[in-house]
Order: sequence, then structure tokens, then C-alpha cells
Amino acid sequence: MLRRTVLKSTALAAAASFGMFGAAFAENPVLKIGFVGVTSGPAAAWGTSNQRSMETRAAWINETGGYDIGGTKYDIEIVSFDDQKDPKRAIAGMEQMAQAGIHYVVGPNVDDGAAAVRPVAEQNGIIYFPYAFPKELYTAPASNAVLGMVANYQSGPAIYKYLMENNGVKKVAFVAANESDPLSQRDSGSAAAKALGLEIVSDTVTYQVDTTDFTPVLLPIIQTAPDLLVLSGVSPANAPQLIRSARELGFTGLISTETAQDAAVLQEGAGELANGFISVGGASTAELASDQMKEFVDRYTKMFGEYNDESNTKVYALEYILATIAANPAGMTDVEAFKATMDTFEAPNPYMKGDAKLKYVGTTSFGQKRQVSVPLVVNTFNNGAFETLFVAQVD
Amino acid sequence: MEQILANGLYLGAQYALIALGLTLIFSLMNVLNFAHGQMYVFGGFVTYTVVAQLGLPFIVGLVASALVLAVMGALIEVFLFRPVIRKSKRDESTMLLAAGIAFFLDAVILLLFGEKQRGVPKIVGGVLNWDMRIIMPYDRILIGVLAIALIAGFIALMQYTKAGRAMRALAQDRVAAQLMGVDVDRYSMIGFALGAMLAGLVGGLLVTITGINLGMGGPTSVKAFMMIMIGGAGVISGAIAGGFILGMMESIGLTVLSAYGDITYLAIFASLMVFLAFRPQGLMGKPWG
Repeated sequence: MLRRTVLKSTALAAAASFGMFGAAFAENPVLKIGFVGVTSGPAAAWGTSNQRSMETRAAWINETGGYDIGGTKYDIEIVSFDDQKDPKRAIAGMEQMAQAGIHYVVGPNVDDGAAAVRPVAEQNGIIYFPYAFPKELYTAPASNAVLGMVANYQSGPAIYKYLMENNGVKKVAFVAANESDPLSQRDSGSAAAKALGLEIVSDTVTYQVDTTDFTPVLLPIIQTAPDLLVLSGVSPANAPQLIRSARELGFTGLISTETAQDAAVLQEGAGELANGFISVGGASTAELASDQMKEFVDRYTKMFGEYNDESNTKVYALEYILATIAANPAGMTDVEAFKATMDTFEAPNPYMKGDAKLKYVGTTSFGQKRQVSVPLVVNTFNNGAFETLFVAQVD
Repeated sequence: MEQILANGLYLGAQYALIALGLTLIFSLMNVLNFAHGQMYVFGGFVTYTVVAQLGLPFIVGLVASALVLAVMGALIEVFLFRPVIRKSKRDESTMLLAAGIAFFLDAVILLLFGEKQRGVPKIVGGVLNWDMRIIMPYDRILIGVLAIALIAGFIALMQYTKAGRAMRALAQDRVAAQLMGVDVDRYSMIGFALGAMLAGLVGGLLVTITGINLGMGGPTSVKAFMMIMIGGAGVISGAIAGGFILGMMESIGLTVLSAYGDITYLAIFASLMVFLAFRPQGLMGKPWG
């Protein structure tokens, strides 16, 4: 008898708890946003910072009651897929997103993955936000890809011009990993530098991404005595080693890149040898970051143990997706409505101080608005932290 | 030219130390340890944790890497390879197991240490500049010397200790060694632990120079396999020769061929294919295994 009562009570308690949990989950409808990018292998830092930024922001939104779209609060669920930097897996990931009924995806992180998923995205009504620079992804007839950051052919000329005018740079050398993204960034960077009248003293030296000793790689470049050494498309894993080797070989000129970097990684890998290193970041410095940005960094750090400075840029894609859908709720399931909204969309930028706006840009580079407007913040690294060198706007 | 030779010697010393552990395990157990690179990465992260996170001296980090990897190697041999070797006569069973361990370690490293590149401060400052003919930071010289000292210590251990003699006997003929009273299980475990320990030590040494990240494991294993293919699989002297040859080829190629793009490893692989066509057992390996 006692046993039967215990069993009954347990069953009732279980049913009640499931009911309560069900009610809790059913409070808000769920909006799923996808991520397809690299979260394993040597380039894991790129995709992981994307995924964690999205998860941090989604948890924050859900904790504070959901995201208001057309008067309804939605909980945000991030559905992630690791493409391992392999275009075939990126296609599989995008197909998985389509099967899950997801219309908005952040990623992929690299050129070939972003190009590979284009047919799947266009056939299945998916808007995706790659971190890849080929112009054909964003130029008509392509219309479903939105560049999630500033491209190197936009930031490079601005940096070179600044350094010509302020630091008297005349001779520039490029070094790149032997992969599609860095090589295309090197070629466009070299062309931009030539157009500005800079002398290119070296742009043929490349290295394997798994190189562990960069001294022999850099030796022939340093012998050409450039004023500026550009690390084209350099990954956060390779940047400290390249800087360290260049300085140890006696190079005293400037070193720059057009990719985002992480201050802690630079400090650990190169220490004071990285002082003066120029890179591109988002709202990354104290003078630019709003209170919401500071809270985002704090939440990210609490959630994952350590912040990644690349997330200063990666924080934006999810915000753009949600804010654009909020501006036109029909865009939640109809990407054509979303695209129509992109042309006129404007909202306050919650991550920057002042009156900065979230808006789509890219008309100059792509002939249509297929790029998120994130501030072009050019930083210098000094004693473990980034300092703002200058800020510019794309388009 | 002096700089090319210096770079080649430095690269060769670290490569040889990586290859030693791999060839030791192969010679004792006929196991191609595809997880060797991941063990190297794990060792690097252990040193990083001890030195950069806990603030302890570098030597403590190095010892911790050696101990952790030795224990890991012993456990892997006892609980994974030993039962598989006992139950399966097919070589591919151990190869699949090794590949599985490599993927497993990759996932563990990501969970424990994260996705970021890590590094520890230079252990010695300053750069040797010999009239612009050789430029070499002192920390690289120190790491190169330590690597050579470790290689010498390993050779002495194999040559002059009871355990070393037992392992050499095992490598030459497993059955004969068993008949002569060598405890095969015990020395297989010690050999695997020693091989893993060497991988961990190199990871710990190089985290001060190259840093470490979770993607380094696979490429390190590939390079280690290349070295033992050049020198001859399962031969200690062959692994050392293979390491120094690969280091020197890389240094020469990166300097001489830099104007033609990244073709150094293309040239190295092409040379290796031609070489293996004429001498498939490598420089010092025996044609019969």
C-alpha cells in the first residue's frame, strides 16, 4: 500500500514537474538562428568566437524575457554546426539548417565555405552572414549573403593611407598563409598598396598554416627592408609567432593585418614584441564601448571563462538579424521581406557610445546593401591591450 | 648560408625529438601512433597551464608535461592497445584505435584548454647576432641544446640501462625477448609511456617558442611520420637522422625557393616519393622490417 502511494506520488510529482517545465518553455515562442562555421582545428578560434557571441547574447535575451518582435516576445535558440573549415561540411550544415526551417544563419567563416553554401541558401530561402570577402557573394545576382565584417579591401587602403601620411611608410611587404582567404587578401592588399603609390618589395612569400618556425619564412622578406610588413589574412594562432620572428630577426618597421586579433593571445605569444602591432577590431576599446558592450563582455566571460576580442566584431550579426526582423516581422519567415527592409533599415547601435547606427551598407563595393555597418576600428596593441589608432566608416 | 644551417639544426633537433617517441612505440609494439601529435599538443598545454596560469617555474611545467604524458601513455597502452593487440591480429585494428585516440584527445584538449593559441613568456631574452650572418634568439639556442641533450639522454637510457636493453630486445624480436625472460607487458607499457613522455616534453619545450593550439596535433603527426619514413621506421638512429634531414630540407627550401611561392613542402614530398621508390625501408631501416 505504502509502495503504491509512493509510486503514485512520484508519478504525480514527475507529471507536475514536466508540466511546469513545459509551461516554462512554452511561455515564449522560439526563434531559431543558425550558425555554420569552423569550431575545431587550427582556425577554431574564428568560429568559436562567433558561436559563443551568439550564445551569450541569446542567453541574455532569454533571461530578460525574450526579444520583442511585432508585440510578441521570442526566446532565441542558436543551432550550431561545425563545418571544420571544409566546404562539403558547410553545405551539409546549411542543408541541416534548411531542414530545421531556419531562415537566418551566421557564417561560414572562410571564402570557399561561403561560396559553397550559396546555392543551398538561395534555394531554401536562407539569408546568411559570412565572414568571407569575395565580392561575387554580395554582388547581384547574388542576394542572400550579407558580409558580417569589414573586408580587407575596405580596411587595407585606409590603413596604408594612414600609415603613409602619419608614419612615412613608403615600402611595404606582404606575407600570407598558403590558403585561399589569406592569398586573396594578400593580392587585393598588394593591389590597393600599389594604387596608393607604395613600393611593394615582397609579395610572393607564403607559409603553411601549420608552420611552427617562421624565422626561415620571414628571413627573405626582412632582407628587403620594408617600412611596413602586412600579415595578410593572418589567423590569431599565427600572428604572435610571425611578429615575434620578425622582431627577433631585427625588423624595426611597422607590422599590420586586416583581420581581427585577440589581445591575450598576442600578449602570451609575443609579449612586448607585439607592441605597435596594428589590427582591425570592433567596438573594442574603452573609449568606444557602450555599457551594453561592457555587459556583453562580462556575460561572455562568465559564461565561457574567458573573453575573445574577436567577438567585438562577431557580436553584431545576431543583433542585425533580430533588429531587422523586429523592424519588419514578416521577415521572420519571408527573406524577401527581410531583404526589402535592409535597404531602409536603421536602428541605434547598442554596442557603441554616441549616436552610431546599425544599418546595411556595401553599395560602393557591391552595388547593393549587403554588408553590416560595423565601425572600422583600427587598433594598435600596447602592453597587453588594444588602443584605438583611428575609426572610420565603410561606404 | 650560416643562417640556413643554424635554422636547419634548430628545426632538426626539435623534429628528431618528436620522431623519437613515435619510432620507439612503433619499434616496440608495431603500432603507428596517429595520436602522437595530439600528445605533443597536450604536453604543450600542460606546461602552459603550469607556467602561465599557475605561475610556477618553466622547469616545473616541463616536468609536469613529462609526468602527465607518461601516465597517459601508460594508461593508453594498458587499457586500450594491450587488449586490442591481444584480441586482434590485424594491424588496422591498432591503426583505427590510434586514430580514434587522436580524435578523442582533440576533443579533450578543446574542452580543457579552449580554442585559443596559447604561449608562455620567453624563458631567456636577447638575440645572438653574429655579424648579421647568424641571427638566433637565445631561447631558441637553449631549446635546441635542451632537445639535443634529451636525445643524448634517451640514447644513453636505451643503451646502458636494464629497461633500455629490454626494450631493444623487444624491438628486435618480441618472442625471443619473451623466451629470454623479458616481461613483455611491463616493457611495452614503459616504452609507450616513454614515447608519450617524449611527445609531451617537446610540446612543453616548444610552447615557449611556437606557442600551442589544438590544431597543431595532426600536422605534427604527419611530419613525424615523414621523419621516420626518411630514417627508417622503428630505428632510433633513423628517427634522429630523419628529423635533422627534414629540418635542413625545410630550412634550405624556405630560403632558396621562397621566390617561387610556397613550394618547399611540394619539393620535399616529391623528393620523398622518389626516395621511397628506391629505398622503401628508409635510410636505416631493414628491408624485412
